[in-house]
Amino acid sequence: MPEPVLSYKDIRVSFATEFGDVDAVKGVSFDVMPGEVVAVVGESGSGKSVTSSTAMGLLPENATVNGEVLLEGKSVLTMSTAELRRLRGSDISMVFQEPMTALNPVLRVSDQLVEALQVHDVAFGGEALEKSIALLERVGIPDARTKIKQYPHQFSGGQRQRIVIAMAIACGPKVIIADEPTTALDVTVQAEILDLLRELKDELNTGILLITHNMGVVADMADRVVVMLNGEVVETGPVATILGHPEHPYTRRLLAAMPLLREAGDPSLESERVVVTERGGVGDSSSSRTATGVPDGRSNGRAANGVAGTDSDAPPALEAKDVALEYKFRRKATRVVHDLNFTVQPGEIMGLVGESGSGKSTVAKAVLGLLDVAEGELRVRGSNMPALPAKEKKALKREIGVVFQDPAASLDPRFPIGDIITEPMVVHKEGDKNSRMARARELLDAVRLPSSVLNRYPHELSGGQRQRISIARALTLNPTLLIADEPTSALDVSVQAAVLDLFSELQQQYGFACLFVSHDLAVVDALAHKVLVMQKGRTVEQGTTDQVLRHAKESYTQQLLAAAPVPNPEVQARRRTERQRLLAALA
Amino acid sequence: MTRYIIRRLLQFIPVILISTLIVYALVFAIPGDPIRALAGDRPMSDAVRETLREQYNLDDPFLIQYFKYIWGIVTALDFGSTFNGRPVTDIIEQRLPVTATLALVTLVIQTIMGIIAGILAALYRDRFFDRFVQVSTVTMVALPTLVIGFLLQLIFGLNLGWFPIAGVNNGISSYILPALTMAAVSTGILARLVRSELLDALKSDYVRTATAKGMKQTRVITRHGLRNSLIPAVTFIGADLASMLGGSIIVETIFNLPGLGQQVFASIQGQEGTVVVGIVTLFVLFFVVINLIVDLLYGLLDPRIRYE
Repeated sequence: MPEPVLSYKDIRVSFATEFGDVDAVKGVSFDVMPGEVVAVVGESGSGKSVTSSTAMGLLPENATVNGEVLLEGKSVLTMSTAELRRLRGSDISMVFQEPMTALNPVLRVSDQLVEALQVHDVAFGGEALEKSIALLERVGIPDARTKIKQYPHQFSGGQRQRIVIAMAIACGPKVIIADEPTTALDVTVQAEILDLLRELKDELNTGILLITHNMGVVADMADRVVVMLNGEVVETGPVATILGHPEHPYTRRLLAAMPLLREAGDPSLESERVVVTERGGVGDSSSSRTATGVPDGRSNGRAANGVAGTDSDAPPALEAKDVALEYKFRRKATRVVHDLNFTVQPGEIMGLVGESGSGKSTVAKAVLGLLDVAEGELRVRGSNMPALPAKEKKALKREIGVVFQDPAASLDPRFPIGDIITEPMVVHKEGDKNSRMARARELLDAVRLPSSVLNRYPHELSGGQRQRISIARALTLNPTLLIADEPTSALDVSVQAAVLDLFSELQQQYGFACLFVSHDLAVVDALAHKVLVMQKGRTVEQGTTDQVLRHAKESYTQQLLAAAPVPNPEVQARRRTERQRLLAALA
Repeated sequence: MTRYIIRRLLQFIPVILISTLIVYALVFAIPGDPIRALAGDRPMSDAVRETLREQYNLDDPFLIQYFKYIWGIVTALDFGSTFNGRPVTDIIEQRLPVTATLALVTLVIQTIMGIIAGILAALYRDRFFDRFVQVSTVTMVALPTLVIGFLLQLIFGLNLGWFPIAGVNNGISSYILPALTMAAVSTGILARLVRSELLDALKSDYVRTATAKGMKQTRVITRHGLRNSLIPAVTFIGADLASMLGGSIIVETIFNLPGLGQQVFASIQGQEGTVVVGIVTLFVLFFVVINLIVDLLYGLLDPRIRYE
């Protein structure tokens, strides 16, 4: 039996706050073996990051740590600052969540890499630079010799994460703590980074402590899993057992909440009878789904709902005709969306899918009137909105509701909830004080929040509750079209599941059409009637959800689908080989 | 980069034309007859007055006067002369060193004191030194320059006798008290700016990355924390240096320094339009040049900013 490289024994962490001590971690123990990947999973506030940070001594000053952390048998918590410093970066290193901010923006990549080597006397001067170049090549940065002289902002998010990983492996650490290393990345980039971590681990026999909330990533990477809830370990075991036969109800709930990207032949698809009606040419197809029978638990809240507006004479809720969009900077226009064509029928949800930089949020912005349309027509209920006079445009805008990504940032912290929800009525001079408040109560009821929150402020609510408020506000004027820009990607999985359920229920109840912008194919699969895939401002593929997500024709869509990890180690291993074969075929 | 600098330099032209026009108009709008003021109680013959009025274009309409003045500058570098016949360039030449020395000493004092106080306050956050900096900077910002000047004169000039109270006859030490007076407000603002910027930088992800590399705390702060947090301080110091010339009017008057500020004040009272416009044009030119330098420096300090 080999010795564990990192071992946590009965870790307890409490934070001194102005409201007294808060216990964040309440007695957590687990080990990481050499060459092993241990995934710590849990939702925000579970204490997973705090626990792992104790091994680096990176907690803020107001934290009190009890218990024992052993790094190769040496007790970390009793070490002096100088001893601890010698461990950091050499025996144990970290890969952080946010590659955009983890590197110092004003120092060259070479400086930051060389520094990591020099701190631990691994190499100096020219030798350190050569070693740094080799490290960059190792983590897959092309043309490393010239690129190393550049600054972090000249690299993409995925490349920056590779640089952070290069820094982490610079001194040959025994264990790497990877704190949500792929959460901020696109799926295809995520798959590449996970591949890289897996290779490095095998090559260097490094133990990896992987902190994540994504069960798909767990299935892809982990050997063993530690599930945490409210600062305690609720379940631990080999990955196949935890994901395949979870014992603890919380683990089960977490797994059930994961939106699933269903493959062709998935039994839950059988419960949905898909009716496709072709109208006009390419890019003008619309679909309607009707549920037969009662949907089972899994597909409850999924797309098993009927399209409300079946009147074929009604104009589409939203229609884009040869739309081009551009951003202007110093009178120089950069075109970011080209030749976009789509139709969203009344009561229909269209998923707009793509990776960062695909232009999907730009499209949402244009529909909201926040960006001028450079070319083409953007018709809302039949009238070309950008061309309308200001007054009619404003009148038409009340037909459009919007839900943004970050509920913490999109609600004014100085507005009480009641005012937030009724503000659209104030803007469009609708109703009086009483009828507005009545409407607010009605909507709170619809999003299942007690009417007592009317006089509360956003910061008093949780993230999921705030997003419910955002949805309520979007529905205030009974819009025919809802724009949802990544409405659940800032939320924990279980909260996301509840919000998605609510969303699809409300959609049935109110019958609005929806442009649902998302990077998460599984979420889109759960909600949308049809899907449009974008890449670098152009349409790659569009069609019914079933066509696009299960019978993709374009290789980019196939790559996207192949990169999304599923929470089943065996299936994921198969998908991984399939993805590599697909990429090899394309190369 | 070169194109950017050329574009910025071209932008100077309208800025200077508009600002001189405004100053010229203001001086023009002051009621009274400058020639009469020049003569004082002495009698002056109509012929002399007419000659003088013609010589200084005082009978032309305002805009014509202004264009004649600008024309003189552009064609012959002639900034005009006082009613006593002394060229304005002569006055500037004589008085500029005083104001420049004052501004430079002020700049050195406020930069060193402000940045050091800010850094220490951030490092000893919520401890005694931090509280001391917070309270003393608020006091310095709140006190009027006039009061600070008199206080310094009383304590360090009269009671302790360390520095001269007025005049410029004691070399650099003559400038200490006026510079301290002028630096007071900006030192306070700068200290607070550096403190909050450094605190933000120390909370940032890249500082955490540096710590996780195993670097010493002092290295982490100087190499990763400070440089980022000093970028806004550079903007502030630049803007402040440019506005110092305005501040020099009060300080030079309190400490009786024969600089440009004092001259502007006297010339406004004497309605010497050409002198006021000449000096103010110099101030404006200085202001825009400093701003350009700050913008270029910004690009050097922060590689994310590039000018095309």
